[in-house]
Amino acid sequence: MNEIRNNKTEVIVVGGGPAGISCAVTIARAGHEVILIERGSFSGSKNVFGGAIYAQPTREIFPNFEKEAPIERLNVEHKFAILGEDDSTVISYRHKDLRNTGYSVIRGKFDRWMAEEAKKEGVIIAEETVVRELIIENEKVVGVKTELEEYYADIVVLADGVNSLLAKQIGFRETIEPKDVALSVKEVIKLDREKINERFNLNDDEGCIYELFGGPMKGMLGLGFLYTNKDSVSIGLGVGLDALCDKNLKPYELLDKLKEHPSISPLIKDGELLEYSAHLIPEGGYKKIPTLSGAGVMIAGDAAMLVNNLHWEGTNLAMISGKLAGETAVTALAKCDFSEKMLAKYPEALEKSFVMKDLRTYRNLMDEAHNRNDSFMGYYLEQVNGFFNMFTTVDSIPKRRKFRRFIFDFVRKRNIIELFKDAISAFKLFWSILIK
Amino acid sequence: MTLDDKLFTVKYKPDSESHLKPDFEKCKTCTSKICTVICPAKVYEWEENEQKLTVNFENCLECGACRIACEKNCIDWEYPHGNKGVTFRNG
Repeated sequence: MNEIRNNKTEVIVVGGGPAGISCAVTIARAGHEVILIERGSFSGSKNVFGGAIYAQPTREIFPNFEKEAPIERLNVEHKFAILGEDDSTVISYRHKDLRNTGYSVIRGKFDRWMAEEAKKEGVIIAEETVVRELIIENEKVVGVKTELEEYYADIVVLADGVNSLLAKQIGFRETIEPKDVALSVKEVIKLDREKINERFNLNDDEGCIYELFGGPMKGMLGLGFLYTNKDSVSIGLGVGLDALCDKNLKPYELLDKLKEHPSISPLIKDGELLEYSAHLIPEGGYKKIPTLSGAGVMIAGDAAMLVNNLHWEGTNLAMISGKLAGETAVTALAKCDFSEKMLAKYPEALEKSFVMKDLRTYRNLMDEAHNRNDSFMGYYLEQVNGFFNMFTTVDSIPKRRKFRRFIFDFVRKRNIIELFKDAISAFKLFWSILIK
Repeated sequence: MTLDDKLFTVKYKPDSESHLKPDFEKCKTCTSKICTVICPAKVYEWEENEQKLTVNFENCLECGACRIACEKNCIDWEYPHGNKGVTFRNG
């Protein structure tokens, strides 16, 4: 306790989200002193996400969370809906897999629970405290400056979220451009539990997820989502900030349009808005990952841009990166070595884990997606709905003529050179994902 | 439902001073004024008569989009003081 009174501890973790909590609890479990600093009035109070946490990675941090944590619903169905102007095509995968499932949660409840658990295991939590800057001595991070005082530590872990002003302060982060983030807006809408179960074809505490392509996000790198909670649904969308800027679009107006779509509006009809929220999603991918460690410092979670947007993964990468940073801190504390070289074991461990392997696999995704978003997020989505419209319409026109017309239009509307470019882009992407 | 109705559902504890400090002189020369468009809480409004940007920082959802989108790169963007600003109960 002496050390705390002297404003010096072993590890300071900045940010009480999934990355910060996972890191802090890993360090506390090894018997070390760790202070977790959270700027909100409780963990989760500044956090927003779509809706689901994943069971397997969460169990790595909190093995009994399924029995103890405030979870909403067990996701049993994942729906992929391509929205047209007034039509839609939906593919749905349903499987009640208790081992590798995900759960919808409310961050204000779930993150708070995680923080409480961490506290029980010895993490000291300082809430309502904003770290304004890092203290640097001899090119080494040695502590943090809050609004009130200076705290010193052997290691500082930055888990301060997508905006990480601290990573920026120490020059670990390149400038973030609008194309590197998506702006997400979300509404949590109250609906009776029974109504949710009826409308979404669910039993008891089963839940489902909608991924929504096209619609108001047509032609842009953007995605809508809908998650079912116990007695509410979370509906929202995330769109590349560059697209919003280029097209002068207000994010909440896009969400209004999404909610009015004939395939969506019946699902949320007569619901009462509980809360509106907004947050940025780091979407820069592998190429925009900052320097992850230096003397006395490591970066985890959203602050490190660890999001796999193609698979809607973020909280799991945050938890695992936090855990690996925590393990590195424990090794460093045992050796009393907080040098750049020692803490580089953290990015090395990340490289060996699925976290960096996955992000590397998709390293070209965002480039290709930005180059070809007109086609992949626009034209082809339209054609899917067009095909099913043609296939299901009964209008006494001979089928062969309809098929030929569809193929003719498919090529004519998107000229052959563009189709060729799309094919090359898709091939390059698949090659980089599957081969190298 | 208007944006104001939506914002009415959000719990805030307003700070005493703005944590968002645009360089108002640079705002005058900004052509896009993109912050007035993309901000999910309509924090920024351009007053044509006064040639001034108003900052309704009390509505800020602390997302950080304005900081990145600002073409003049002129918004000094900080977090509000501890225990101030937005509290999401259902994030």
